[in-house]
Amino acid sequence: MTSLPQNRTAKKLGLVIDLDVCVGCHACVISCKEWNTGGYGSALSDQHPYGEDVSGTFLNRIHSFEVTPEGGQIIGEAGDARVVHFPKSCLHCEDAPCVTVCPTGASYKRAEDGIVLVDEDKCIGCGLCAWACAYGAREMDLAAGVMKKCTLCVDRVYNETLKHEDRVPSCVRTCPVNARHFGDLGDPNSDVAIMVVERGGFDLMPEQGTRPTNKYLPPRPRTSLSDSAPIIPLAENTEGARGFFAWLDKTLDRI
Amino acid sequence: MHPAYSIIVFTTLSGLGYGLAVVLGLGFLDPSLLMTKLAYLTSLALISIGLAASLLHLGNPQRAWRALSQWRSSWLSREGVMAIATVVPLTLSAALAIFGDRHDAILGFITVLGALVTVYCTSMIYASLKTVDSWHTKLTPLCFLLFSLAGGFLFASAFVGGNGLVEELLALLFVLLALVAKMVWRNRATTLLPISTPETATGLGFIGKVGLFERPHALDNYLTREMGFRVARKHAAKLWVIAFVFCVVLPILALLLALAIAGGLTAQIALVLGVVAYVLGVFVERWLFFAEAKHAVMNYY
Repeated sequence: MTSLPQNRTAKKLGLVIDLDVCVGCHACVISCKEWNTGGYGSALSDQHPYGEDVSGTFLNRIHSFEVTPEGGQIIGEAGDARVVHFPKSCLHCEDAPCVTVCPTGASYKRAEDGIVLVDEDKCIGCGLCAWACAYGAREMDLAAGVMKKCTLCVDRVYNETLKHEDRVPSCVRTCPVNARHFGDLGDPNSDVAIMVVERGGFDLMPEQGTRPTNKYLPPRPRTSLSDSAPIIPLAENTEGARGFFAWLDKTLDRI
Repeated sequence: MHPAYSIIVFTTLSGLGYGLAVVLGLGFLDPSLLMTKLAYLTSLALISIGLAASLLHLGNPQRAWRALSQWRSSWLSREGVMAIATVVPLTLSAALAIFGDRHDAILGFITVLGALVTVYCTSMIYASLKTVDSWHTKLTPLCFLLFSLAGGFLFASAFVGGNGLVEELLALLFVLLALVAKMVWRNRATTLLPISTPETATGLGFIGKVGLFERPHALDNYLTREMGFRVARKHAAKLWVIAFVFCVVLPILALLLALAIAGGLTAQIALVLGVVAYVLGVFVERWLFFAEAKHAVMNYY
């Protein structure tokens, strides 16, 4: 059933991604592929892995953006351009358009925790859900001919055979700088929900009306290069001068 | 967007097939004539080839029957259901015309309704996608319906062979209406401001202008191949002129010639050539419909 679930519980499992902290190491990309290629469903295939035209299916990708404030092209003028590393995976939207466009019922959103999944046995590989997703969260696996997407590691987070600290998505577990956090965003007292409130977490492309569950935390403001440099060069600083030199400094200033 | 041949063939041919089904359903053509029987078979053939082509782009076509299940939410599923449902009254009408020289008004009416709804559902697959600004408008179904009807009346004129004044005038009318609708559609598409930008896509607009520093992967992936198609944009202006000449100018010339000489073999040949030109023109128009469309995900690239 590809209509969105009517009787949703309050539980909204998702990720909070801290853009201030991510260093763009791609460790989460690799650990995601490693976990998800060997578990449920078909493998995440690569095409021509040792050839010239390498490509493959991934559920999580890291983009890097350069953000330039107005006038920021000139260093020290109006704040500096900065590079922001940007992890992107399925946002498990409340109003997921990828679910409602699916003609077969393969794509669905779970009522119990809001995770968006694909039943690969029903997927015909038409690709319409990937067209409907503004975030590029879905990639067709060219070997299996079915749509692959982030499962929020549903096979880890409820897996009682794993140690407690491992019951989080693979990307969260592997991140060396704690830029990715997992939790219940529907519970206002959860760590992730508090983090979103305190840091001003935001939605990606709110204008698409998808109401993503995953939130992004903005990079913290930075002291610009010009602010960190003293306004008067140290060699010209006469503050604290006394006696004859203070008189000389004042007199010369007046001329 | 990547213009997959299977989808272009599907939307073009089945669109024309259903357009012809509308004209046949309205009873414009005399069911006792051989040409009318041929028209029924042509309509069914166009629809069948189109639907078969649509299966070719699937990753797992053997499960295509499942696509009929989600008509409550999915336009693609609705399209599948309606496409097959409409073939039933159309086939019955065809059988009635071929074996009984008769046209049944009720069957015809059901065919007309089904064909129009099918073409509408096809267009809504694209028009419902908020991620592609140029498609996300009520003008998209209008264009699909008018192109379908213009094609239907052109085909009908060709089958009647210059003796059908009404069909020819209606073909002329619908070709011009399709042109106007498409021009308004294209004007909107070329002037619209995209609702999503790299700033809203990353949420970093509060700092400043966002530009890509490094892609997540060195070469193409499914997303850039599927949503980032750029080849035809280079020749978009030329292709638009080609589509205009083949979809509008040549069919209108054929219709005017047929009207002027009122019947005969020359008129029929002219109209058949007009139909061929129109089909080619719609192919180009559909190619542009996909190739020129820009997808919101490309804000990340």
